[in-house]
Amino acid sequence: MQFEYSIEGGNFSRAGYASSEVKKKLKQLNVDLQVIKRVVVALYEAEVNVVAHAYNGRMEVEIDKDKIKLALVDSGPGIPDIDKAMEEGYSTATPEVREMGFGAGMGLPNIKKNVDVLTINSVVGKGTTVQMITYI
Amino acid sequence: MKKPDFHHALKIVREVCIGCTHCMNICPTEAIRVTNGKAVLIDNRCVDCGFCYRVCPVNAIIVEQDDFNRIFEYKTRVALVPSVMTGQFPDNITTRQIYSELMELGFTHVFEVEQGVEVLFEAMTEYLEKNSKTKPLISSFCPAIVRLIQVKFPALVDNIINLNPPLDISALYFREQLVDEGHDENDIGIFYITPCAAKIAAVKTPPGENDSPITGVINMNFIFNKVYTRIKQGTGDSCIVPDICSLSARSILWSLTNGESVHAGGRSMAVDEIHNVINFLEQLENEEIKDIDFLELRACDESCAGGVLTTANRFFTVERLKKRAARAVSDTEITDQEGKTGMFRHKEKLKKRMTVQPFEPRSMMKLDEDMSEALKKMKRVEEIGKCLPDVDCGACGSPNCRSFAEDIVQGYSKINQCVFVQRIFEKKGILSPEESINIMKGVWGNEKLDKNC
Ligand SMILES: Nc1ncnc2c1ncn2[C@@H]1O[C@H](COP(=O)(O)OP(=O)(O)OP(=O)(O)O)[C@@H](O)[C@H]1O
Ligand code: SF4
Ligand SMILES: [Mg+2]
Repeated sequence: MQFEYSIEGGNFSRAGYASSEVKKKLKQLNVDLQVIKRVVVALYEAEVNVVAHAYNGRMEVEIDKDKIKLALVDSGPGIPDIDKAMEEGYSTATPEVREMGFGAGMGLPNIKKNVDVLTINSVVGKGTTVQMITYI
Repeated sequence: MKKPDFHHALKIVREVCIGCTHCMNICPTEAIRVTNGKAVLIDNRCVDCGFCYRVCPVNAIIVEQDDFNRIFEYKTRVALVPSVMTGQFPDNITTRQIYSELMELGFTHVFEVEQGVEVLFEAMTEYLEKNSKTKPLISSFCPAIVRLIQVKFPALVDNIINLNPPLDISALYFREQLVDEGHDENDIGIFYITPCAAKIAAVKTPPGENDSPITGVINMNFIFNKVYTRIKQGTGDSCIVPDICSLSARSILWSLTNGESVHAGGRSMAVDEIHNVINFLEQLENEEIKDIDFLELRACDESCAGGVLTTANRFFTVERLKKRAARAVSDTEITDQEGKTGMFRHKEKLKKRMTVQPFEPRSMMKLDEDMSEALKKMKRVEEIGKCLPDVDCGACGSPNCRSFAEDIVQGYSKINQCVFVQRIFEKKGILSPEESINIMKGVWGNEKLDKNC
């Protein structure tokens, strides 16, 4: 089962929409509630990162009987130092973004905690792909 | 469909229902469909919020109550009255007047639901302290919300506070007190005057435990009409004044919005009106909203002042209760006073019985228990969805195109019930206009399609 949602950079009022849609699907599929919780928390953080840091992007969702594969693909500035970005508390968020309650630098670490496999590929000046796999 | 998990107080009277779509469109859990020209309720989805009851243009939806005359089956007849009841009346009618009229109607005792609040408040404070790791803790006050969480947000059931609401605590206490005073247990009938359908459903099948200390439930609008008529007609020069112990300000305001949250400490919030609550819980589940310690969630706008069985304008009810609270003794004073008398004396014993069993998740969302089956069904839903117009007109008998696609996959509907699909099929020559008419009769009944236009 595959789904795709588009994500608009800079539009915080829509941030979370795609994650909520995926959550509904997982509930419909009777996926374990604890698994849903973890997946959705990670997905939401990744979705917000596209909104906060990139220009635009999409969410690709692939669900089968034993795993949930999620990818956030964006065009944006990219991440120059991924290891650094993964550190707790590291953030390049602008003051405006912080004003909205984001920018604690906890998003990526939180994603890591909540999924089984996390792969980040990024090209500076082009964009970022964040891939997450959770086994059911 | 499965046998219902819940008792429902809301009933659709088939003979009266005209098969419009008002109830189907407003239902926050998509629990209503139209077939054969009548609205039908999907039991396991309904949370008894009563929004359908509010919007029905012909009063075909009723809230099933106990027959008033049942009170006379008991020697000791208690009216258990929530504070919003006093808020139904204009300012010049006193609480005492209202309660005397209740005695005139046949009750032997009038007790106030909110007398249980101070004891509950103490138990809740301890509970919040002990369970502060669970964030947020969600109040179990509103039974419609408890059911909403069970069916739509099952991952949050463990956040619901496992304590009885004031109603059950008071009923337990008064029953015991009356027995102590020498009344025969079997002769005591405790009748709750309810502002809503959800409370009835909860009394008939409590969401947490199994038996309720309440004998029966009577609708607030029914009692209001009886009492107000007597007062208006001046028949009410009654002199029986029931003995009412005064409530604290906190107790009087407990059932209103922010009634609990202002006393919960930490970072506490109140959200009222069920659609608002659903939006809030969606965000909470994604952890878009975090670091809240306590959540008060109520199904009705302005909480119980806006209950479906209330008569007065909810904003006036709030105003009146606030005035009453301003006249009441302060919260600390009442605690001191109550320490010597009444319910507080028995608080340790009551607290032991205040805990309810953990709430069970009862998800209504799943397409199938088995995930591979659910995946197949979801694929079908997606395919069907592509054929539907996304107009959400409801002419198929389902509240929107998406739920219609799900209904088809679950075998409850057929795709040719969609008026757009019918036109497409007619153009292709698969369906004749007569066949379309017959299909629509299946959804909406004969009458609407036999008109002479
Ligand atoms: N999709 C992305 N495109 C470009 N940069 C990104 C992207 N995602 C993350 N980053 C960079 O990695 C940093 C760390 O991300 P992380 O999600 O951990 O924290 P944050 O988004 O800054 O704050 P928080 O998620 O706590 O609100 C960001 O500040 C940003 O510089
Ligand atoms: S807010 Fe009060 S009146 Fe409304 S459903 Fe909940 S308990 Fe009933
Ligand atoms: Mg982030």
